[in-house]
Amino acid sequence: MISPAGPSLASALAALLVRDLRLAVRIGGGALMGVLFFLAVVTLVPFAVGPDLALLRRIGPAMLWLGALLANLLALDRLLASDYEDGSLDLLLLARPPLELALAVKAAAQWLATGLPLVLAAPLLGLLLDIEPAAMGAVALTLLAGTPALTFIGLVGAGLAVTLRRGGLLLPILVLPLAVPVLIFGVSASNAAVVGPVPFGPPFMILCALTLVGLVVGPFAAAAALRHGME
Amino acid sequence: MALIDLANPTRFLAFAERALPWLAGAAAAAFAAGLYLAWFVAPDDYQQGATVKIMFVHVPAAWLGMAAWALMSLAALGTLVWRHPLADVAARSAAPIGAAFTFLCLVTGALWGRPMWGAYWVWDARLTSMLVLFLMYLGLLALWRAVEDPARAGRLVAVLTLVGAINLPIIKFSVDWWNTLHQPASVFRLGGPTIDPSLLWPLMVMALAFTLLFAVVQLAAMRNEILRRRVRALRIMQAQAAQRA
Amino acid sequence: MTMALGPHAGFILAAYAVAALVVAGLLVWIVADHRLQRRLLAELEAQGVRRRSATREERPA
Repeated sequence: MISPAGPSLASALAALLVRDLRLAVRIGGGALMGVLFFLAVVTLVPFAVGPDLALLRRIGPAMLWLGALLANLLALDRLLASDYEDGSLDLLLLARPPLELALAVKAAAQWLATGLPLVLAAPLLGLLLDIEPAAMGAVALTLLAGTPALTFIGLVGAGLAVTLRRGGLLLPILVLPLAVPVLIFGVSASNAAVVGPVPFGPPFMILCALTLVGLVVGPFAAAAALRHGME
Repeated sequence: MALIDLANPTRFLAFAERALPWLAGAAAAAFAAGLYLAWFVAPDDYQQGATVKIMFVHVPAAWLGMAAWALMSLAALGTLVWRHPLADVAARSAAPIGAAFTFLCLVTGALWGRPMWGAYWVWDARLTSMLVLFLMYLGLLALWRAVEDPARAGRLVAVLTLVGAINLPIIKFSVDWWNTLHQPASVFRLGGPTIDPSLLWPLMVMALAFTLLFAVVQLAAMRNEILRRRVRALRIMQAQAAQRA
Repeated sequence: MTMALGPHAGFILAAYAVAALVVAGLLVWIVADHRLQRRLLAELEAQGVRRRSATREERPA
């Protein structure tokens, strides 16, 4: 990778993506932990509120979103921590591709490994909460549009917390308030599809806008946090 | 003295020593006038009765809770772009003060809400936004406590402050949207947009008084923070000297 | 207090009491912190520890 031309940058980022995906799915990776946690959370809900199907149908989308949010949070701790411990984060700081792009690629890999399985599992878990198939499609769509925002907001928290000794404990405290808008519009769009009466369109479009803002702000803020935190 | 001279911590200390008594006097005078107006001049609201007096504390506290974050965002730019030590000191001092005023806003809001709504907390849009702001203050303070080196902590906190500054308007918008979804728009809101002039004047004087109080505490806290960093630097020098000996 | 506060006097007084507590807490914090830092500085200087820049900064710019 000597020439600074375009293809080498793309191939470096592609190599990073493949590496992170491989690390996530191999033994000791933990890509499926999020889905298992998601399943566990959704299973706990009827024990907490009772097996009343009408109630479960009404709060189902909210429970799926909360479960996805928490499962996402669970995986964030490892987003940068293992790379920090084995020193590859230092290499990323010094490497030719801009740190912002490298972090965006890492977050994308994280979403493919932990966020996408949540989206795919949501329809199955929706059956447990008695959500109609058509409405479940809409809920899965909101998760597909919204979980990238959660990962990229989490990237900022991971960048801030990775160099701290107790960073793993701090991470949820830093990230959860920032996730409020995504939760509001994700659940609103889902509820619009399940129970109405407001239209699905506006909250869904705002959710997509939030994801786009997250895609831009997340890598830049995380890169700034790493540059200031690791020196 | 030019403004640029204040950038030097020693000169800033001298300035703070001279300005603090005057500011404190002005704040005390403003509070005397504001409390007199609020308690003896301002009429009761036709809808809320005497509980409107809570507004004179609640609204300035909310305003300062938000203004402190705005000040910290400016300071964060100073920290990240110019690496200015005083900007870091300013942000470090403003955070607990802003958190205190946000807390005051939440408590007075709940105490106002109980007689008005019949519940201490009804997830009103404004109060809920302030609650999220309070959570973010706590996260910021927790981040500060997690890093030992104050300069590094200041830069990390500056990044989080700016991310928060981008997010806070979005959170405000989201919570408003969420609130109109779940509640009819006719529900009475704390500190609504239309205030009678007879209530507005006492509110303005109280807001001025609280702002002056904020300035006093902020200056004094910055002075303390500079001294704290001197103590830290001296201790490190002492330890190094002991090591050499 | 001679004026009538109406049926919700307790809430009004509680709100002002909390405000007074928060303000008093801030004032106590800055005064106590100031005394502590001054005392620590004086102790360190009594032990002969001095800042390298202490002499330079005293000179007029």
